[in-house]
Amino acid sequence: MKVVLENLTKKFPGRTRKDPGVTAVNNFNIEIPDGKLIGLLGPSGCGKSTALNLLSGLLAPTSGKIYFGDEDVTDLQPEKRGIGLVFQNYALYPHLTVIENILFPLENLKGEEKLSRDQMMKRAMEAAKLVQIEMLLNRKPKELSGGQQQRVAIARALVKMPRLLLLDEPLSNLDARLRLQTREEISRIQKETGITTIFVTHDQEEAMSISDQIIVMKDGVIQQIGAPQEVYDDPKNLFVAEFLGTPQINTFEGEVKDGKLYIGNEAVLNVRNVNDQKVYVAVRPEAFIPDPEGPLSCAFKALEVMGRDTSVVFTSKFSERKALRAIIGADVKVEPKDGVVRFRLRSPKTEIFNRETSERVYYEEA
Amino acid sequence: MMEKRDLKGWLYLLPAMLFLGVFMVYPLIDVFIYSFEEEFNFASQSFTGYGWDNYRFVLRDPFFMRAVRNTFILVIITVPLSTGIALLISLGLSSIKVVRSLFQTLYFLPYVTNTLAVGLVFMILFKRTPVSEGLVNVLINWFGGESVDFITGPYWAKMLVMCIYTIWVVMPFKILILTGALASVNEDYYKAAKMDGTSRGRTFRKITLPMISPMIFYLVITGFIGAFKAYSDAVALFGTNLNAAEMNTIVGYVYDVLYTEGGGYPSYASAAAIILFVIVLTITVINLLVSRKHVHY
Amino acid sequence: MKINKNGHMSNALFKTGVYFGLIIWALIVLFPFYWMILTSIKSYGAYNAEDIPKFFTLAPTFENYRFAFTAVKLGRYFLNTLIYTFLTTFLMLVVTVLSAFAFARLNFRGKNLMFTLFLALMMIPYELVIITNYVTIKKLGLDNTFSGLVLPSVTSVFYIYLLRENFAQIPDQLYYAAKVDGTSDLKYLRRVMMPISRPTIITIVILKIIECWNSYVWPRLITTDENYYLVSNGIQKIREEGFGRENIPAMMAAVVVVSVPLIVLFLVFHKRIMEGVSRGGIKG
Repeated sequence: MKVVLENLTKKFPGRTRKDPGVTAVNNFNIEIPDGKLIGLLGPSGCGKSTALNLLSGLLAPTSGKIYFGDEDVTDLQPEKRGIGLVFQNYALYPHLTVIENILFPLENLKGEEKLSRDQMMKRAMEAAKLVQIEMLLNRKPKELSGGQQQRVAIARALVKMPRLLLLDEPLSNLDARLRLQTREEISRIQKETGITTIFVTHDQEEAMSISDQIIVMKDGVIQQIGAPQEVYDDPKNLFVAEFLGTPQINTFEGEVKDGKLYIGNEAVLNVRNVNDQKVYVAVRPEAFIPDPEGPLSCAFKALEVMGRDTSVVFTSKFSERKALRAIIGADVKVEPKDGVVRFRLRSPKTEIFNRETSERVYYEEA
Repeated sequence: MMEKRDLKGWLYLLPAMLFLGVFMVYPLIDVFIYSFEEEFNFASQSFTGYGWDNYRFVLRDPFFMRAVRNTFILVIITVPLSTGIALLISLGLSSIKVVRSLFQTLYFLPYVTNTLAVGLVFMILFKRTPVSEGLVNVLINWFGGESVDFITGPYWAKMLVMCIYTIWVVMPFKILILTGALASVNEDYYKAAKMDGTSRGRTFRKITLPMISPMIFYLVITGFIGAFKAYSDAVALFGTNLNAAEMNTIVGYVYDVLYTEGGGYPSYASAAAIILFVIVLTITVINLLVSRKHVHY
Repeated sequence: MKINKNGHMSNALFKTGVYFGLIIWALIVLFPFYWMILTSIKSYGAYNAEDIPKFFTLAPTFENYRFAFTAVKLGRYFLNTLIYTFLTTFLMLVVTVLSAFAFARLNFRGKNLMFTLFLALMMIPYELVIITNYVTIKKLGLDNTFSGLVLPSVTSVFYIYLLRENFAQIPDQLYYAAKVDGTSDLKYLRRVMMPISRPTIITIVILKIIECWNSYVWPRLITTDENYYLVSNGIQKIREEGFGRENIPAMMAAVVVVSVPLIVLFLVFHKRIMEGVSRGGIKG
């Protein structure tokens, strides 16, 4: 089932008369294709959880429409929408066993949807099998590890056979090792069931690694939508460029003048088809090529060797960052001279953004 | 769903509001009105006007003044004594490990017992009957003393029994609260004091007492409030006709005036209850003022 | 070394003193119970023949118990108290759970103001409101009825407060999860909140049972008909009127009968009771 958001807006009123309140979701227009895994990505406080709550129906929008398929669900109660919701802290009922937790949503079904005890049990067992927790059915939540609780929560969300599965920060309560494992698991479950799935996260790596599409949000506004690699390679603005990728993209203050891109007085690239303007120059760590003759000079700080790659740490007086990073092959030699390291830049991974608007400025290398 | 739904909230509160409205809020207002309605007649529900007559009557009533005197004596004797003994017992309890929880549980037993029922046992223990001197008198005789009629005899003897029973009844709560307070004092303070070679008495005065002082004051305040409302213990010991026994309390006076054959006098009862309330309030405020000066942290 | 040894000596002496004191108090607490049971199994004749009361009996008898149940309506008082306790506790629970749920879980205008007002009511002494309640119940003709006994005793703001605090600790997510699954508020309350808060609910129920079992003043005011007497009033009646003649062993038998249910309740639930009381219960 595809999900369509049309001019969707949610405003929270201020607490006092002077407080104007917050627009947590600002005029969303998205079409989410059927059967895909979508990552809703943004820094904390950007309104992504509000967006999720609007989809689930726990919050009512201030204006705009939500369609599930062709059906307008904007005014529908959560239970009528056919969604499964997995909470950040899993929200398992502490007094019920695993199987009772999974059965709970089925016991609420009424009328035509009402199931016999056997049917319920069958459905619950299927869900348990899908997330591989068949051997834990009679345990209480507090006897499970974080990863197991997560699986139970997913099983409970899936047992109703929802049209849409929503996951709120599904990995944030897990330790690093489990996080890797669980995100593969989520991806597998989504592929097996084919249910349109939206998950919220502030961790770009998480979103990039398993999503079919990511939606990047900031301050209630959608910044960019697309396949992870596409968004990474072609960010629409400085925020998206800086938010995606580890290590972070390196941002300098620069200028386009007379067919050249300057950082300070150093012309780092020859450019064409672009107007003269003040810009931010954002360089991916892998776009630096160490070169004693290179145009960009930086203050060398350290070398960090990490097996396959080496990371060069440096600073520049044209960047506000305390540490900039270049990633180079372990076999490439870096020889700083008098504390200065010089680079050439690769144009495909060097983007420029207008200094005023932070919007992307396209250029061609000359 | 996360938003406000006014009607539903009030609907869930409705039963509690109904009960509290009818049996708490309305009576609270009404009691003041009653207390100013002069010459209220229960049968015809009529009165002649508003004024201070009821208060004047109550304050001039020798039975009321006797009840006030009894209550004050009871309060002044039992509150400090019970708090002090409870503190000693709690200190003893917290200094032992073996059978401590057994003692704690045992000491709490009087809290759950029926005041009237156990009061009867106390009466039997102290009472002198034609056939028997009563156990307490037997003990007094053993130690070479004269028998005393504690239940129908001299005033001070009756007051003594009353105080003893009151203390017996209020101890469980005080011991419970104080052992809790003592247990919550961080062990490290005691370890530090031991390292410094601080004596037991000094440790108590300089560490324990200041740390538990808020709870002691809490007990003193609730103790005052509780003791001012003494009634059923007196009934258990001396019977329902407390005026005849000269052992009436303020609350007893309120009920006696309210509960007479043929209707009673709610106006006098209201006035007396309000006087009691004012006394309790005043004492509590004084307590709070004192505690603000003396309670540490 | 010498100092150390002295220290040990005084410590042992101190410990002995402490145990001695604690045992004395334990005896003071227990003795009335021992005496009531002892006296209740002494025969009427034997008791009256003891000029100096004996601390034991060699001929225990249950005659006094039979007498206590036949000579006065002890069974009736007992049953009345059971009915009164059950009705009051049940209604209290319904009212308390509903309002605690409203305060802890629901959002509505005026909630905080209302909660503050409720808390303020905790300070109102019973003695102030009982006068009007007496008049109200009499006017409604509810004296000598169970309604008259029960209704004014139902609400306890303190229990609402206690349960609300407990409910408020249950994470919001559980509620939202239940909502997404189509659980109604009432079902969520019944199936999720109440089971999770079971320990507190049990504590409240026990405290209320104790309160009901011991209530004396209110039933005394509005029951003139012996058929509606509760145990406290029954005991008082026995005290005043005796059993035709003064029969102390039978009186003690009645006292034992009245005390036993609470003592059993205490032995089973003493941890819960003590915990509940130390969280703010004051003898009601």
